[in-house]
This record gives sequence, C-alpha cells and structure tokens, in this order.
Amino acid sequence: MKVLVTAKRVPDPEQKVKIKDSQVDVSGMNWVVNPFDEYAVETALRLCEVVKGGKAERFGEVVVLSIGPQDETTKEIRSCLAMGADRAIHVVADDANLDSWVVAQVVKKIYEEEKPDLLLMGKQAVDGDSNQAGQIVAGLLGLAQACFAAHIESFPDKKELVVTREVDGGVELKKVPLPSVVTVDLRIVSPKAIKNNQTEDSYEYGDGPRYASLKGIMKAKKKPIDVKKLGDLGVDTGIRVKHTTFNPPPERAGGVRVKDVAELLDKLQNEAKVL
Amino acid sequence: MGDHQMSNVLIFCEHKDGKLKTASLPAITWGREVAKHTGGQVYGVLMGPGAAAAAADAARFLSKAVTVEDGGLEKYLAETYATALSKAVKDLGVSHLGATSTNLAKDLFPRASALIGAGMISEVIGVKGPKAFIRPTNAGNALGVVEVLTPVVVATVRQTEFAPAEALPAAGGVESASAGPLSTLGAEYLGVKLSESSRPDLSEAKVVVSGGRGMKNGENFKVLEELTDLFGGALGATRAACDAGYVPNDLQVGQTGKVVAPDLYIAVGISGAIQHLAGMKGSKVIVAVNKDEEAPIFQVADYGLVSTWEAAMPEIIAGVKKAKG
Ligand SMILES: Cc1cc2nc3c(=O)[nH]c(=O)nc-3n(C[C@H](O)[C@H](O)[C@H](O)COP(=O)(O)OP(=O)(O)OC[C@H]3O[C@@H](n4cnc5c(N)ncnc54)[C@H](O)[C@@H]3O)c2cc1C
Ligand SMILES: Nc1ncnc2c1ncn2[C@@H]1O[C@H](COP(=O)(O)O)[C@@H](O)[C@H]1O
Repeated sequence: MKVLVTAKRVPDPEQKVKIKDSQVDVSGMNWVVNPFDEYAVETALRLCEVVKGGKAERFGEVVVLSIGPQDETTKEIRSCLAMGADRAIHVVADDANLDSWVVAQVVKKIYEEEKPDLLLMGKQAVDGDSNQAGQIVAGLLGLAQACFAAHIESFPDKKELVVTREVDGGVELKKVPLPSVVTVDLRIVSPKAIKNNQTEDSYEYGDGPRYASLKGIMKAKKKPIDVKKLGDLGVDTGIRVKHTTFNPPPERAGGVRVKDVAELLDKLQNEAKVL
Repeated sequence: MGDHQMSNVLIFCEHKDGKLKTASLPAITWGREVAKHTGGQVYGVLMGPGAAAAAADAARFLSKAVTVEDGGLEKYLAETYATALSKAVKDLGVSHLGATSTNLAKDLFPRASALIGAGMISEVIGVKGPKAFIRPTNAGNALGVVEVLTPVVVATVRQTEFAPAEALPAAGGVESASAGPLSTLGAEYLGVKLSESSRPDLSEAKVVVSGGRGMKNGENFKVLEELTDLFGGALGATRAACDAGYVPNDLQVGQTGKVVAPDLYIAVGISGAIQHLAGMKGSKVIVAVNKDEEAPIFQVADYGLVSTWEAAMPEIIAGVKKAKG
C-alpha cells in the first residue's frame, strides 16, 4: 500500500490570533503541522504497519506532500518524517498565493506523478477553516471520496476501504475502491480507529497521534525531501477565492461571577430573562 | 434573457418526509440577500427520493423548486449528487449556488464546485456584495472578507447567522429536471447509525446544555439531560466528552463540530478551549459552571459560577423546575 498524505503548516492554534492592518498577523507565531494532517499521517502509518507482539513492521510507503514557503515548511515536514513517513515532497509557494483550489491542483498533479493507492488528507486546515481541498481533488480526479473519516477498515486482499464517516446525526458507513480520497476527522486517532486486518485485533494504539521518538527524529534528518516550485508544476495557479481583509470578531462584554445558585437563577430570571 | 438568468441563486434544499428541512431556511435567507444585489430570483433544488413530494412545501419559500429524482440518487453519495447538482447549476444558468453548512453540504459542495469550476466559500456569515462575503477563519478569531473571482459562486452558509426564511406571499412553481448520466465511481453506501434523540436539533435549539470532561462519565450526563429537557433544549458536549464516549460524537460543539447560537448556553465542566468557544461564542447568554475559577470559559460567560457541578446542579434543576412551574 502506498499512501500520499497532505500536510499543511499552520500557526499553532493554541496561540491568540492578532489582527494588524486588517490582516492576520502571523509574525512571531509558532508553527505546527495542521492537527488534522498530523492525524492523517498517523492514519497512514497505522494502515501501513503490522503490529504483532508490540512490535510494528511497515509494509507500505507513506509519502508526505506539503505546500508552503521555502525554508519555513521544512520543520513541519521533518516532524511528519520523524513520526515515520518515508519521504516528502515540498512544493514551494507562499500562503497568500494559495486557496483550496490551487492546493487541489497541486495535490492532483503530485497524485498523478506518484500514483498512490490512497490519498489521505485532513478534513480542514485550522487556519483557513475551509474544509474543501480533499473534496475538490476527488472531484477533479474523478475519484470516490470518503470524507470526515472516524474509522477505516482496509483489507490485505481487496482494493477497497470501508470508512465510517461523521455525518449529521450520527455516522455513515461507506465503501470506496482504491485508489480514492479519504479526509480524516478527529476520532480517527482513537485507539481502535484503524483496522487493517493485519495488525492483531486486540492491539490498541495510544489515544492521539504518535510522538516522534528520538530515533525517529534522527532518521528523519536523512529522509529525502523533494523540493519543487509551484510555477514549475504546470498547473493552474490562479486562486479563485481571495481573502481581502480581516477584522477581529466582536468582543463579548465581560460577564459577572455569581456567588451561588440562588443568584444565578435570579439573574437568569430577572436580568437575562431566559427563565 | 442570458444576463438576467445568470444572476439567479440556487439553494440546495435538504428534505425529509415530504417536507423541506428547516435547516435549509437560513440558506434561503442568504439567497434572498444575494438576490438583492444581483436582481435575480431564488430557486431551490431538491434531490433524491422524496424530492417531488417535498417540492410543494419548499416552493412556499422559493420562486421555483426544481426536483431531481433518479435511480442513481437513491442513497446520498457525494459522487453522484455532485454530478447531478453541477448539471442543475449549469442547466439553470444560475450565478450562485448555496446551502446551509450541514455535514452533507460540507461533503458535497466542494466536490460540486470543482465540477462546476467555481470558487467556493465555506461558512458564510454575512453578505457584502454579489461576490463578497464574510466568513470566520482561525476558529472564529478572525472574520475575513472574501471575494470570489469566478463567474459562478458556490457557498455554504452558517445556519446560526441567517434567520430562517419566511414563506413568500405566493408559492413558486415546481419543475422536474433530469440528473443526467451518473456514476458512483465504485463508491457504495453501506448504511447509517443515527443517534436516537427526540430533542431539537443542536443548531436550531433555543437552549443548549453542554457538558465536558468534568462530567467524568456518561452516566453523569443524565443530570444535564434533565436540565436540557426542562428547557426543551438540545444537549451538547466538548470533544473531550465525545472522545471519552460519554455522549455520541454528533453532539460535539466547536470549530470542527456543530456551531450553535442559542438564547441560552449552559456549559458545565467545560474548560473553554479555543476550539470549543468557536462553536458557542455567538450564544446570547452564556452560563458556565466550573470548579476552577481560572477556567477560560469564564472569560466568555455572562454568568459564571465557580462550583463543582455535583454541588450546583441539583439546586439549578430545582430552581428551573420551580420557575417553569
Ligand atoms: C484540531 C482540533 C479540533 C478540535 N475541535 C474541537 C471542537 O470542535 N469542540 C471541542 O469542544 N473541542 C475541540 N477540540 C478539543 C479542545 O482543544 C479541548 O481539548 C476540549 O474542548 C476540552 O474539552 P473539555 O473542556 O471537556 O475538557 P477539559 O479541558 O479537560 O476541561 C474540563 C473542565 O472541567 C472542570 N471540572 C472538572 N471536574 C469538575 C466538576 N466536578 N465540576 C465542575 N467542573 C469540573 C475542570 O476545571 C476543567 O475546566 C479540538 C482540538 C483539536 C486539536
Ligand atoms: N498548503 C497545503 N499543503 C498541504 N496540504 C494542504 C495545504 N492546504 C490544505 N491542505 C490539505 O487539505 C486539507 C483541507 O484543507 P482546507 O480545504 O484548506 O481546509 C488539509 O487538511 C490538508 O490536508
């Protein structure tokens, strides 16, 4: 199994967002791998390894694709490699020249070059919050899609996946052939979210994506990163959606601390009039 | 005729049991705001089994309701629905396609936008012009003005930011259209597991009572359910509570869950992480019960009570019972 995983570098979502001159001010921010993409890397690794007697053995190839600025993106790519991905492709582009459409064009192009069995993506980049790129690529490639995956079952002898998807009011089961596009949701990193029918059924992963081991970090330094320029790919690089200005959301007026339940009920009844 | 037609708006209308789903009404309101700028009409498209049966109900809000039924649309699949939807957009020659941002629309719309060749905007919260909209980014901590640069605009609309549309004085007509050739591309729908609930939809409820990891287990959520039902409200939760299996996942409120904006939001045992706040900051009145006085949830709460829920909830429930008579 060969899996192509996309990973975006985003400002650490735990930091406070500052707006300066009508733009999101990213100066001095910490950058991390988009959490959903970190989950996608974890998913790819779980799909491509057999765990028996506590030991993991790889049987597939995991290739990471990241589109981002020249030097800055390397750290996030290395951290995916340190988790266990085999190699990476870095398409150099400035974030301002990207939207989900251009990202999808690039991913499509690399998909066609790499011909993976599966294209795994996060459901959403937590800076832009668009939740579009995976579905767009699937549409452009004419591939089936299974979005918002909470559980994936793969089979050693069948080119298909059974994906449990988060839908309105519950979950849906969808079968997709391989190759196809899967985008992952939060629960995909729960201990038993991936069943590849090779790792023993009783095995439980830790909750959340794996941490890179020291050995993994050392190894990652030697893993290949193929750097390409956006302009050299021969794809449509025209954005279709342009974010022009940003404003902070309206502040909520500060509230009060009530001293006990009686005061709370009184406020709800007589001040807020919601009771 | 061409120019005039190009400025019409098409709303993807979800339907169930012969009725338009109320979740789609805010999208129709968005459509009307856009149509004010374009001078066009607001059409709706209903797809799949039961579309024709629900069309009359939907047409009360629309200039025209178009139904697309086809054996290939028996079960929802993004693969077939996106193809049929993009055909409807092209055949009707509309300039805008919109829907309320349900999970279904989030799955379907970007794919349809790719087939249409249109730029798409997710989670629109305001209309600035025919092709300019406001949308939240960075977990709602920035509001961006976004312009679409393609002739056709595709958008999903945040349900809580547009009022449900009122019926028109005169209902529009109903037409049927063909889906065209469809392929599942090998995808197959295998079934759904829906969580049973008699409560109102989270995104539509007037009161939402949410619990977090501080509730410690699923059993303890019964206390919150009791309070929820006194208000006739909906139950919500944090990611931590969903992941721990206290409650089903579709109750998750937040950046990547449901966005709610009820008249009253009661947060119990919730710390107030950025990602959770993104889903409930728009509530009119926020109440927080948390034993930790430093919890960030208190920064957005109108009324904060520093207490364990074990100590506070029985009295709150008794008080609400009394007030509700
Ligand atoms: C990519 C990504 C997306 C995410 N999306 C979402 C999302 O959409 N929605 C969401 O909710 N989260 C989301 N999260 C998770 C989020 O970051 C937080 O981890 C989560 O919201 C914390 O949930 P919590 O408040 O229940 O738990 P905690 O942060 O553990 O807080 C528990 C609180 O309960 C209080 N408490 C404990 N015992 C008691 C008691 N007896 N009585 C009263 N109070 C008590 C504690 O003081 C504490 O404040 C996301 C995270 C990531 C990385
Ligand atoms: N610059 C990028 N580089 C690599 N992958 C990306 C990039 N932007 C978006 N993606 C992928 O597309 C998914 C959805 O992104 P979005 O549509 O921007 O919310 C993300 O979770 C990533 O997997």
